[in-house]
Amino acid sequence: MDNPKKVTILPLMTQHSDILIVGGGLNGAVMALAASQSGFSVTLVDALDSTLQTTPNFDGRSYALALASTRLLKGIGLWDALKDTAQPMLDIKVADGRANEGPSSFFMHFDHREINAGPMGYMVEDRRLRPVLHAAISSDDSITYIANTRVISEQETASGITVACDSGASFTARLIIAADGRRSQVAARAGIKRVGWSYQQTALVCAIEHELSHDGVACQYFMPPGPLAILPLMGNRSSIVWSESHSRAQDIMALDDAGYLDVLRPRFGSYLGEIKLAGKRFSYPLDLTIAERFIAPRIALIGDAAHGVHPIAGQGLNAGLKDIASLRDVILQARMRGEDFGSVGVLNRYQEWRRFDANTLALATDAFNKLFSNDNPLLRLGRDLGMGLVNAVPKMRRGFIQEAAGLTGDLPDLMK
Amino acid sequence: MTAPQTTVDPSEVAKFEAMAAEWWDPNGKFKPLHMLNPCRLDYIISQIAAEYDRDITQSEPFKGLRILDIGCGGGLLCEPMARLGATVVGVDAAERNIPVAQAHARQSDLDIEYRFGTAEAMAADGEQFDVVLNMEVVEHVADPLVYLTACQQLLKPNGLMVCSTINRNPKSFAVAIIGAEYVMRWLPKGTHEWSKFITPDELFNLISTAGLDPVDRKGFVFNPITWQWKLSDRDLSVNYVTASIKK
Repeated sequence: MDNPKKVTILPLMTQHSDILIVGGGLNGAVMALAASQSGFSVTLVDALDSTLQTTPNFDGRSYALALASTRLLKGIGLWDALKDTAQPMLDIKVADGRANEGPSSFFMHFDHREINAGPMGYMVEDRRLRPVLHAAISSDDSITYIANTRVISEQETASGITVACDSGASFTARLIIAADGRRSQVAARAGIKRVGWSYQQTALVCAIEHELSHDGVACQYFMPPGPLAILPLMGNRSSIVWSESHSRAQDIMALDDAGYLDVLRPRFGSYLGEIKLAGKRFSYPLDLTIAERFIAPRIALIGDAAHGVHPIAGQGLNAGLKDIASLRDVILQARMRGEDFGSVGVLNRYQEWRRFDANTLALATDAFNKLFSNDNPLLRLGRDLGMGLVNAVPKMRRGFIQEAAGLTGDLPDLMK
Repeated sequence: MTAPQTTVDPSEVAKFEAMAAEWWDPNGKFKPLHMLNPCRLDYIISQIAAEYDRDITQSEPFKGLRILDIGCGGGLLCEPMARLGATVVGVDAAERNIPVAQAHARQSDLDIEYRFGTAEAMAADGEQFDVVLNMEVVEHVADPLVYLTACQQLLKPNGLMVCSTINRNPKSFAVAIIGAEYVMRWLPKGTHEWSKFITPDELFNLISTAGLDPVDRKGFVFNPITWQWKLSDRDLSVNYVTASIKK
């Protein structure tokens, strides 16, 4: 460095791994671990600076993990570190409601004891999940983690794909897995179109501390402006997810904590006693976006990059985890057969497995939301009777419970 | 017999690469073969792993095994075997397939020896292999016994032959000829002659006469609901596969 003029920039070595994952969020991180533990070498490129690092303070963000999802986390060795801080969801109650009236007399009640598989799921806090993922990735020798780097192009070659980054680095891989979210740039560059629409609603998310115990019961109330979910967290705390029109949500977010609670309180009555806010308040505009294809040559989309759904039933992360477990099964089986695991023929199997499921979920949550976000008295009567009917027929009720636990459809090995 | 490797004409290479792309397009001309391939591979791999006691969860489980694929085409079986670590030779009686398969192996960074020739000629040269793959060939040859005897000679003692073909009965006529060639047009008309189809018992007899012990047979069954092929223990009514060991 004594004479800067003499410095020549050596061309950066192009590093090769079996799989390159774009996006270091929850889906990208879990995919990296599932792939590496199945014997694939992985490069994980995160556009942000350590997405997985978070403050240990409770901020209210949490995930309703279906039973099948917790099995996947168990399968990749993360559950032991999470289970003591995860709140089991023993029962799910679904009811129609209207502000100030409380739930209607017709409601559905799903009790985990009806399916003999343990709790229907667990509530896991974001501040617990991210450090566990971060630690697992840091200690995995077959995962190269590259933060603060943006992938800018992909170029298919005869036997793989070459990726260029804004840092000047380039990588080769047999397969790219895009976990870069609902505005996936990888999908856009691959010419994959998206379909979707906005719900003209914003989800409001917060955590509350309450006087009385929730007894592990998750509640979903269908209110005319949009659904409201109360999900049990560890101790006397619950996560609240509700939706409002964009303008109303903006007004509510602008209120101070006391004003915010005044809006919230009448919406679910007094069964938890006195409530106060715990952690931060969040808001997310709601839209539905599904990729027309989940694959392109040597590219597979997972999570929100493939399908961003309305979070009405907390199925977003669960659907992503099912993508991960399915894709892992498909590429592992292909490698054990000696097939080229990044080839279109192999990736087609993943698409066929997941696309039907994902589209069904998107349409079902959409229809559910349209049906319930309505104060038409006839619709109200219809849905109350419908819920009463589902509740009265054990077979239908068990079907709903299996669905809520994520135990329906053709399950990947890691979720069995 | 190996195709000349030197002075390769670039326009020829481009032509062969285009043909290779055609062979390897899962939705192209060879779609039926691509659909059947995972099922064939599952059977072949499980038989080799059982015979040579290999753990297929390990990388390159077939290292050290010399495998011959007869009627290799574009290399749809050779490439997976090479990825699993085997030393692979592919032979095809259609000369134009050889440079095509070579082009694709080169693109896939795989070292596979492709030759223009026949099983009979290779047997006469005294070459031997641990495994002979004899998939969807026997129904096309003029004299199955002469052909299977050549396959037997190409095996080392206790070597494994995997042989698949099509059963001969009214159902196979309806499915493999009327269905595949005329209705679905998966295969060109005239691909198969029904009279050359062989029943599993006939094939077992031929294999025994050729000096091999038949040890296993399974059906390849197409499920029109899932649009996939599956192995079946019982249904050998149309496509089926056998494993036999050199005595």
